[in-house]
Amino acid sequence: MKKIGVLRFPGTNCDRDIIQAVNESGGVGEYLWYQDRVDINQYDGFILPGGFSYGDYLRSGALAAQAPVMDDIREAASKGMPIMGICNGFQILCEAGLLPGALMRNTSSRFIDKWVNLEMISPHQFFGGQRISKGEVVHFPIAHADGRYYIDERELSGLHDNEQVWLTYKDNPNGSVANIAGVKNKEGNVGGMMPHPERALFEWMGGSEGLMIFL
Amino acid sequence: MIKVAVKILPRPEVLDTQGRAVSEILNKQGHELHQCQVGRYVVLEMEESSKEEALKKANAMAEKVLHNPLIEVFEAEVL
Repeated sequence: MKKIGVLRFPGTNCDRDIIQAVNESGGVGEYLWYQDRVDINQYDGFILPGGFSYGDYLRSGALAAQAPVMDDIREAASKGMPIMGICNGFQILCEAGLLPGALMRNTSSRFIDKWVNLEMISPHQFFGGQRISKGEVVHFPIAHADGRYYIDERELSGLHDNEQVWLTYKDNPNGSVANIAGVKNKEGNVGGMMPHPERALFEWMGGSEGLMIFL
Repeated sequence: MIKVAVKILPRPEVLDTQGRAVSEILNKQGHELHQCQVGRYVVLEMEESSKEEALKKANAMAEKVLHNPLIEVFEAEVL
């Protein structure tokens, strides 16, 4: 049974959803507090949930990226452990330098809350693995104001060359460069996405394809 | 006590949604703006022996936390 550490920062609000998603997929989720240090060997992976850590002060994810627990997450990342950030968790991983790029205010300047179609470009080696194959389209909700993925052109070509683009939007809702909804690090063990797979676990939620990400 | 101000602005090549919204309003009021950029102004107060040392520390803080080099530029000055 996989034991997944679920990080909580002040302002994280998708933590319980993530714990439930991990539990539904047969794993065990355990909360980790941002000011604590973590014995990473006690876990099989880590998830940074969505929310508004530090009220999005300075830049979304910027202050959470400086938290003590992030030193341990950095160590886990360098050891090849599975790490995933969702929404604000994705922003934190970018601000921490564990993922390339940055997330900026949506082109429309509006908070967007809706279901979107996403294309699997390059599956994550752990989260979702081969359950969602290359080219497959999945349906997850998004809920963000700062979801416009930005990266400069030179780095963008590197992302494509190294198969670091995880998911793209079929119909770009926020102005993200190259329709990018999720990316991975070069090694492929750290991934982040703006959509919320934990809000797509059962049909009554509007769709159940999100569960595959946690299996 | 030495005060150092750090001005942070979006990189010109990056879409600045706040600047765009502000300039739209100002243009509607008849002000003919070529561009408007909205950034952040941070004032740091430190107990340092010299202005040079304070500036050096402010620059380090800006590099690591206050600005994101991918999307922003900054300038620090002693007040």
